[in-house]
Amino acid sequence: MSEAQAEITESTLQSRDGTDQYLTFMLAGEEYGLEILKVQEIKGWSSVTPMPNMPEFILGVINLRGTVVPIIDLRKRFSMESIPYSQTTVVIVVKVVDEAGEVRTMGIVVDGVSEVHNVARDDLKPAPEFGGTLGTDSIKGLVTQDERMLIILDIDHLMNNGVLDQLEQAED
Amino acid sequence: MSIDLSEFHDVFFEECFEGLEVMESGLLTLDQGTDIEEINAIFRAAHSIKGGGASFGFSDISEFTHVMETLLDEMRDGRRSVTRPAVDLLLESVDCLRDMVNAARDKSDSDQPRIDGVKQRLDEMLATPADTDTPAPVAEEESDVPADTGTDQQYAGWNISFKPHANILKSGNDPVRIFRELALLGELSSTADISALPDLSEFEPEDCYISWQLELRGNISREQVVEVFDWSEGECELDITPLDESAIVAIAEPPDIQAAAPATPPAAEADNDGAAAPSATGADTATSQDTPPSARRKDAGGSKESGSIRVAIDKVDGLINMVGELVITQSMLSQVGEQLEGVDSKTIEGLLDGLAQLERNTRELQEGVLQIRMLPISFSFSRFPRLVRDLSNKMGKQIQLKISGENTEVDKTVLEKIGDPLVHLVRNSLDHGLETPDRRQAAGKPETGTLHLNARHEGGDIVIEVIDDGAGINRDIVLSKAIEKGLVAEGEELTDQRIYNLIFEPGFSTAEQVSDVSGRGVGMDVVRRNIRDLGGNVSVESQPGKGSTVTIRLPLTLAILDGQLARVGSETYIIPLVSIVESLQIRAENVNHITGQAEYYRLRDEYIPIIRLNRIFGMDTGIADLEEGLLVVVESDGRQVGLFVDKLMGQQQVVIKSLETNFRQLQGVSGATILGDGTVALILDVHGLYQCYNAHCSSLADSEMAVA
Repeated sequence: MSEAQAEITESTLQSRDGTDQYLTFMLAGEEYGLEILKVQEIKGWSSVTPMPNMPEFILGVINLRGTVVPIIDLRKRFSMESIPYSQTTVVIVVKVVDEAGEVRTMGIVVDGVSEVHNVARDDLKPAPEFGGTLGTDSIKGLVTQDERMLIILDIDHLMNNGVLDQLEQAED
Repeated sequence: MSIDLSEFHDVFFEECFEGLEVMESGLLTLDQGTDIEEINAIFRAAHSIKGGGASFGFSDISEFTHVMETLLDEMRDGRRSVTRPAVDLLLESVDCLRDMVNAARDKSDSDQPRIDGVKQRLDEMLATPADTDTPAPVAEEESDVPADTGTDQQYAGWNISFKPHANILKSGNDPVRIFRELALLGELSSTADISALPDLSEFEPEDCYISWQLELRGNISREQVVEVFDWSEGECELDITPLDESAIVAIAEPPDIQAAAPATPPAAEADNDGAAAPSATGADTATSQDTPPSARRKDAGGSKESGSIRVAIDKVDGLINMVGELVITQSMLSQVGEQLEGVDSKTIEGLLDGLAQLERNTRELQEGVLQIRMLPISFSFSRFPRLVRDLSNKMGKQIQLKISGENTEVDKTVLEKIGDPLVHLVRNSLDHGLETPDRRQAAGKPETGTLHLNARHEGGDIVIEVIDDGAGINRDIVLSKAIEKGLVAEGEELTDQRIYNLIFEPGFSTAEQVSDVSGRGVGMDVVRRNIRDLGGNVSVESQPGKGSTVTIRLPLTLAILDGQLARVGSETYIIPLVSIVESLQIRAENVNHITGQAEYYRLRDEYIPIIRLNRIFGMDTGIADLEEGLLVVVESDGRQVGLFVDKLMGQQQVVIKSLETNFRQLQGVSGATILGDGTVALILDVHGLYQCYNAHCSSLADSEMAVA
């Protein structure tokens, strides 16, 4: 796809009727969404190469067509009960941008991918303040979809502040 | 018509830097004697910077270069001899110009007062009458010509013989456009010579077969005419002669006509046979200020430059990545092929043959692609003539720089990173190694010291040597300094080799005086660290009174590494082959414990720490009994340590992938690679592992203290 085309697609995805598209996935019975433009690909679970002295939620690295990509287990990151990795376990490969504008390719392990939702920006409700392992900053908002609550993640924030920064702190 | 030129700016800047480098190295060779070819090369470089600057709207650059060009032009024509002050000034101008280009690129401000200063000095130099070496009358007339042209002189017009080369149209030069522009200057009439037209069967539609005789009438200066042909320089034979010489109304300078008249015939002849006879070059410069000679020379230079293309490094890296993938896929297929048992044996044979061939091809392809990133080390060496010249002037030393092996090729990344350490080493040699002329004389050595930069391939490495014939390193001073700094215990027996290499320890400087050249004591350890970061090492040898040799050994590329595969638990790690000293089976009686924690292995007469990889990596798998595993003795920082692994597997070349691209650096791990089966394996960093081990030991000790 040429750049121009990509741009067109991007803008249509962004601004169609003031809605954004989100890929939703399941995690311990809860449904989460992340901006579809952040998603590079979805792939099945494959074994990882562990890295030494890493927190439990960093599973290791995989080979994604010649690129070494770290894999993060979101259940473990959110201190949820782990389940064995199975055939339905999928890895969502996302493109994460940090404050310096550097793009990193990272994979997140989720229970399963559900669907793509259109969410009107106006429907997005701010998340209530709460404690726990996931700061409110990593949540863009909540939205009700077909009577269910969808948690929209700010994946950039989650990966940079919730994962990479954790490592720096662990080291100090 | 307006075209957005900004997208070409980057190319222009790059060309500027290349041109500046040509100018700088050219000027430096002028020190050794005047070489007309060299001056021409410098002039050409200046000319293209000027032209580019004007086209892209950097008028400050083109104006500045113009002044330089005028000075160079006088030198080129032999009207001004090449003197040291002139070369110095031109070198300084090159620096200024580089600043200006940098400023233009970064859209920042350049050092205007300095530029104005240099420009003023250039103007002053131009204003002083050209020198007395060359025949005075000719010189004076000529230096007046460019300045006075068009103001005091009247021209009747010009006869222009324009013979484009066959390929002129391909470069976007359209004679019609040129004629149209000429017609704007005055009254133009043209005669086309179509005698060179071939038969229709041989006719190449994109070639130009026609030449023209043009007559341009009007009071037009030569410069104006030449300017029109500016872009076609090098793609045509051009001869511009005054129209009907008797008609020139020379108001001020009758001698000029005399100079011009005899010049015409030889110039025309020279054009016919395509090469300018020396006499013709000299003569026709009297009339045609610059176009004919530079046009012809450029022609000759053009064929020499056609050996390379400019490609963005991203594209090359992308290609390297893809080929790396291909290698992995190929080895995956090979593995599958080998496992295919029981199928028709003939089919398998054919498959295996095909796979073997694929392997050869992919290897060759990979080597070829990696070769693209290789550049001659001369890119890095080229800055030294200038540096040595400036520093030796400053320090009152006479130093001759000798460079050899500059065509040795090395990876671009290595090349970029080796520059600073090399500069440091060279400065160090100049400052501490080489002596002043009187000291050298007193020592019975020639007054001029020699600094020799040499590069060569050795095995899979590149070896760079910085050799000087100076005073050498004073062993005793180094030793006493080391004792003073606590690097060495008093009374410790050290080999000379070991003592000399102490200069690479942090905080070490033996210079009696701190100078701004070197000697702040922050140098050599940084050099060593930088070189280590590149996976290389540095050592020094010295002979008192005879000089020192610093030897840098670097891997040719940072993209590939020879690795030993080792298994720990269920994981495979890669140990760089260069750091491995030996591998051995552990005998329990040689294992000693210190404070019950740290384990040491007695290897001959040394005790080396045992690093259990599974422990420092926090793994609960892997062999625990030392006798069941293997000890890989590796060297780091001149000390040996033993890495305890379960077993060793094969050795292979691995493509290094950075972990930082998508994640971050890990201690004890220098990167990752992808193995034949497509899985990722981590590459161990021996130096980092040792630090990791130290931290691990001290944290263990701490926790025990806490328990106690």
